[in-house]
Amino acid sequence: MQEERREQNGIVINRVGMTYSGIAGNVEALRNVNLKIEPGEFICLVGPSGCGKTTLLNVIAGFLEPTAGDVAIDGRKIQGPGPDRCVVFQQYAVFPWLTVRENVEFGLRLSVNKRSSDETRQIVDRFVDLVGLKDFENAFPKELSGGMKQRVAIARAYAVNPEVLLMDEPFGALDAQTRQFMQESLLQILEKERKTVLFVTHGVEEATFLSTRVVVMAARPGRIREIIPIHLPYPRVAATKTSPEFIAIRASIEKVVREEFQKQRELSCN
Amino acid sequence: MENEEQQCLEDRFKAKRRRERIEKGGYFLVSFGILFIVWESVRAVGLIDPKLFPSIHAVMKACLVGLKDGSLQMHIYASFMRVLTSFAIGILLAVIFGFLVGWFRVVRLFLDPVINFFRALPPIALIPLMIIFFGIGETSKLVVLSYAAFFPAMVVIYQALVGLDPIYIRAAKTLGAGNMEIFRKIILPQLVPHIITACRVSLGVCWATLVAAELIAAQKGIGAMMVDAQNFFQMAPLVLGILMIGAISLAMDAMVRAVERRATSWQEKMA
Repeated sequence: MQEERREQNGIVINRVGMTYSGIAGNVEALRNVNLKIEPGEFICLVGPSGCGKTTLLNVIAGFLEPTAGDVAIDGRKIQGPGPDRCVVFQQYAVFPWLTVRENVEFGLRLSVNKRSSDETRQIVDRFVDLVGLKDFENAFPKELSGGMKQRVAIARAYAVNPEVLLMDEPFGALDAQTRQFMQESLLQILEKERKTVLFVTHGVEEATFLSTRVVVMAARPGRIREIIPIHLPYPRVAATKTSPEFIAIRASIEKVVREEFQKQRELSCN
Repeated sequence: MENEEQQCLEDRFKAKRRRERIEKGGYFLVSFGILFIVWESVRAVGLIDPKLFPSIHAVMKACLVGLKDGSLQMHIYASFMRVLTSFAIGILLAVIFGFLVGWFRVVRLFLDPVINFFRALPPIALIPLMIIFFGIGETSKLVVLSYAAFFPAMVVIYQALVGLDPIYIRAAKTLGAGNMEIFRKIILPQLVPHIITACRVSLGVCWATLVAAELIAAQKGIGAMMVDAQNFFQMAPLVLGILMIGAISLAMDAMVRAVERRATSWQEKMA
């Protein structure tokens, strides 16, 4: 890991509430959300759309300021976005005017993360290699597939050595085969370079496959419905998805999500 | 192995580009060739009074005579400098105002209606007023041409700025970028292609306005040359003037396009 000692206390989400006031009245996107994420955990947020999982991620990222409660990372209250909580977006957000290498380098050239050029080169080399894009480091994003673009985004996030990776449906735009491949790649990357991850997804299977804990959220108002630990051993591979334990856990989570979905539908029908 | 494959692909791509360039060049020659043939045959058949429309030969001769006594170079130089100077002034102001209008919502809301009014106003309409203000010298021409360059460029730049995808700004923020860094490293690179487009549009409008400005009052310049020719009923220099304006404007556009290709190779192109 990068030679920097930080106090690792993880992320503490403390009674976070988020109310949007609009013309049509107030919308309570989050109510009293409490969650402690330990260092090195992989947390997936799942739930019906409108349950506030992306809102919660944006609050932790610092893009949104909560209307109640606060979020602390290693004991510091967060204020605005910063490189200790790097976001990987669904729309890739890889800078199209920079090459793969320049993309990964981008964060290290910013004044807050400035390093010597030697160190920068080493870090970039390491993470370009880690995501398997050594042969494409001088390519522009337009020449890459969706999965490769997302790997650039992951390497770019890793390069600034964040405390936590915030991933907002990062594989949502990929086809099924690529998604499966990217899930495995992500686990392999984490195996080599441990990070805390908060991952938003629609897919219960994806959540079960990746996480140490799955957080199921409920809508209207958005809140935590249930937290389910996944005790499947790592490394997990494609075959894991067909094991009986996996299938059982997945089914139990799906049941909770379906209940929430159902409730939401009944609510909106009234 | 993979590298070899990639090399092979690259070579084929380059060969394809070369073929396309030759093909384009060929079509360019052929289409102008046909134009010249039509020109000559229309004269030969007698559809147009030959006195009213010079032969290619006569125009070439006028060109050579002009080059020999240096008057043609002088006119071209005068026009060229006018366009270049006012284009530079216009684009510089367009970039500055484009940023102000694109960046600050209040400025935009305040200026938008006025901008649209002036944009709809043809630059030539300003010429009489400018001649009263600044006389018939260079100043009035520079003002009109700068104005012609300014508006289309500013509109292109500010609309590009408004239309930028905020996702890249968010991505930069989460990596730790400050406001100045976002401006320099995220906004500017995305605007470069649009600024070049703005240059192309402005250059075109500048050339179109130039002749009108020179037709009214100028001793030098292609427009002035054409007015002289018209006064003395010299058809060859008149047509030569038309061809010159077209050719120079085409050459300038090609130059800007070459810069564009280099500066925007990262963009995904439709074609």
